[in-house]
Amino acid sequence: MGKVGKIARRTFLIGSAAVLGGVAFGYVMYKRPAKNPLLDGLGEGEAALTPYVLINAEGVTLITPRGDKGQGAYHVQAALIAEELDVDLDKIKVDPGPPDAAYYNTALSAEAVPFAYYDEGVMAETLRDVMDAPMKFLGMQITGGSTTVPDAWEKLRVAGAVARETLKAAAAEVSGINVTALETGEGRVILPDGSALTYEELAPVAAGLKPVNKVRLRAPEEWRYIGKPMKRIDIAAKSTGTQDYGIDVELPDMVHAAVRLNPRRGGALNGFDAQEARGMRGVEAVFEIPGGVAVLADNTWRAFRAAETVECDWGPADYPDEQAEHWQALAESFVSDRQDSRQRDEGDVEAALGDAPIEAEYRAPYLAHAPLEPINATVWVQEGRVDVWTGTQVPRFAQSHVAEICGVKADQVHVHVLMMGGSFGHRLEDDVVIRAAQIAMQAGGRPVKLTYSREEDTRQDFLRPAGMARMKGAVGNGQVRALDLHVAAPSIMASQMGERQGLPMPGPDMTIAQAAWDQAYAIPDYRVTGYRAPRLAPVSSWRSVGASINGFFHEGFLDELIHAAGADPLEERLRMCFHEPTRKALEAVGEMASWSGPRPEEGVGRGVALVTSFGVPCAEIVEVRMTELGLRIERVWVAAEVGRVVDPVNFDGLVKGGVVFGLGHAMLGEITFADGRVEQENYDLFEAMRIDQCPEIEVRGLENGDKVLGIGEPPVPPAAPALANAIFAATGQRLREMPFSKFVDFA
Amino acid sequence: MQIVVDGVAHEVDVEEDMPLLWVLRDELGIKGVKYGCGIAQCGACTVHIDGEAVKSCQVFAGDVWGEVTTIGADVGGFPVLQAVQAAWIEHQVAQCGYCQSGQIMLAASFLGENSDPSDVEIDEAMRANLCRCGTYPRIRAAVKAAAERVREG
Ligand code: FES
Ligand code: FES
Repeated sequence: MGKVGKIARRTFLIGSAAVLGGVAFGYVMYKRPAKNPLLDGLGEGEAALTPYVLINAEGVTLITPRGDKGQGAYHVQAALIAEELDVDLDKIKVDPGPPDAAYYNTALSAEAVPFAYYDEGVMAETLRDVMDAPMKFLGMQITGGSTTVPDAWEKLRVAGAVARETLKAAAAEVSGINVTALETGEGRVILPDGSALTYEELAPVAAGLKPVNKVRLRAPEEWRYIGKPMKRIDIAAKSTGTQDYGIDVELPDMVHAAVRLNPRRGGALNGFDAQEARGMRGVEAVFEIPGGVAVLADNTWRAFRAAETVECDWGPADYPDEQAEHWQALAESFVSDRQDSRQRDEGDVEAALGDAPIEAEYRAPYLAHAPLEPINATVWVQEGRVDVWTGTQVPRFAQSHVAEICGVKADQVHVHVLMMGGSFGHRLEDDVVIRAAQIAMQAGGRPVKLTYSREEDTRQDFLRPAGMARMKGAVGNGQVRALDLHVAAPSIMASQMGERQGLPMPGPDMTIAQAAWDQAYAIPDYRVTGYRAPRLAPVSSWRSVGASINGFFHEGFLDELIHAAGADPLEERLRMCFHEPTRKALEAVGEMASWSGPRPEEGVGRGVALVTSFGVPCAEIVEVRMTELGLRIERVWVAAEVGRVVDPVNFDGLVKGGVVFGLGHAMLGEITFADGRVEQENYDLFEAMRIDQCPEIEVRGLENGDKVLGIGEPPVPPAAPALANAIFAATGQRLREMPFSKFVDFA
Repeated sequence: MQIVVDGVAHEVDVEEDMPLLWVLRDELGIKGVKYGCGIAQCGACTVHIDGEAVKSCQVFAGDVWGEVTTIGADVGGFPVLQAVQAAWIEHQVAQCGYCQSGQIMLAASFLGENSDPSDVEIDEAMRANLCRCGTYPRIRAAVKAAAERVREG
């Protein structure tokens, strides 16, 4: 860790505020002479509190700005509070809280800075701190980039500890007993005689006290929850059909909406005929919204069905109509005019490559997010107030867009963040909320629930971009000597943050070469160049972002070089890897798999891949077997370095899920365009791995690093290259383009 | 028309061809039954009709041939369903959880017919339903655990 930057960054203050019937503890920001737009509402010397934990007559409630898309974010945060507050984990309630500029995510910016994850010098740390400033400034309240755990790790534990000590002080006041004689447990302060005062009854007293800010965080040996298997707090509801999601919202007098939007994205609606729809049962209205048509009905299915009958005259897309043209645009992007970044340039690559380098071109297709819950939003416009219910990762963006559409101030828009039926980055976009607000403005004050059909959800998705790589390399003396990687992709940031959120996105887009330039390999002549392809279809962040593309490119081609060098895929990677915690991940995965080479027996192939993304080195070995029905993925071993595994049960599930996600899309996933439209609109054509193709997966979490990191995304990128490398080992066939099912059969 | 859901008879006034899924969700407010695709691909909408797992997006309201059981049923009367839910909790299967009502209903009907399935039989039965979060390893473990509970009665 950098010394200078770190200290400043980690300084934060937990305070408290009296709230109706209780007390809230949270992060405090003071109005300082320095201008801070977040604090404009405050007087000099006043403070703003971002509440994390509320204690009142109802018990203990975690207030969290982060959505939960299935990764257990609520659970992990509750565990961090519970650890210090001495309250049973299953007693903590969760309130997603209001979107508030006082919530911001300081961990997110680490990926946006052009320093590799292993570069922890003062410069890198300082720059990350500088990046924190615009993040705060923009009031970004984002769940993404696997940042929930790093951001919460200290803040929530300190909040829990401050709350505990303040409640003890309250108990001391009530009982007259010295605070040093008091203990806490199970949501109570315990007096020396064994009697107890509950947090609920102490909360109003604590509200009147100065928060006890000198606290010591518990040492790892004292932990009750962290690092131990826990029961996720949402598991019972999700196993009994009682968990509500955005799609389940029901309000009095609510009307159901469906949309038909131009499938040629960005194109206009030239005209429409809704005569049939208007005459259908249950249909209350059909009207135009920007770029499409909305139907209001008394039931979701009636709205869907009516929307399908609307005859629309669609204008052309704002990108090329045919998939071949998209590939062409990528192929033409490898020119100096389009160079976006060259973050790695070591040695003399040109000289090292010589006249006869090893060369390859790799491709990764567009992909949809396709979480199982189709996107939806419920909006209710009333006099001077708008309410929004939706599962979102970007409540602040949604709030400001709705305010603009409805002509109210942002603080009149109340966003209620609901549990998400998956996201994978889908709900980092708030288009569905914008649509719902446009419709609600024409719904005469009735609440409107807009649900996208699966087809509409896929057609209107902001996809993972397609990408292409051109690579050259050289080997000698049984080693990889040179690697020259050129990768071209459209800019995710320009599309997602620039076009949709109107944010200036100056400088290179670090997602274009993410996980290509910043890998911890020492190769004497090593160069990575990113090219910004022209804008094509609108694109966005997809689980692990650029790493899902570049991990495949880098680790697939590196495997080709290792093979050409005649080296062992694991040994050579170990030899090249210079970063100790990363090496340990590789070593661990080799040990787990009892690695004995890429071809342990006839007809069986094993592939290795190591990709570090979001600071997490993740090494995977995939084993495939040739069968009469095709290739069968039999086993996968994964070792990931996360600094600290907060809940091993949740960790294990997320890693396995990430592997299934990575393998499934590598095998089967592809979105293509024809006539400007997405060709795969539902799961019949946009296929995912099913249970019968799922391998045995063995997981190990490593705790050698000193940063606590999230695991939602890092298991995804190594899966595709490890599979491609395993297939090569088994069959001799090198796969350089996803999905692999275009070239081989899977059993 | 009348349909019986989780032991309660409901009079519903809907089109013959409205999928049962939407009768359950929007007319009767049974939200544990989920919509994922509408075309028999995902199984999020799985319910039982007379104990048999069906994709409710594929059954017209007018064609419902028996009693409908959903994830919202009082499991006291359905020991297999109860065993499956308990195993799902024990093995912490859910991530986002959106597919799990359907997975649980599918597993319950399958185990009702075969309480001692092989690994291959589990995969063949459960492949009808999709989980985008990739909880398959735990689904396998939970189905096995539930089968054991069912066998032990
Ligand atoms: S909604 Fe019925 S199978 Fe997907
Ligand atoms: S748990 Fe999310 S789709 Fe299965």
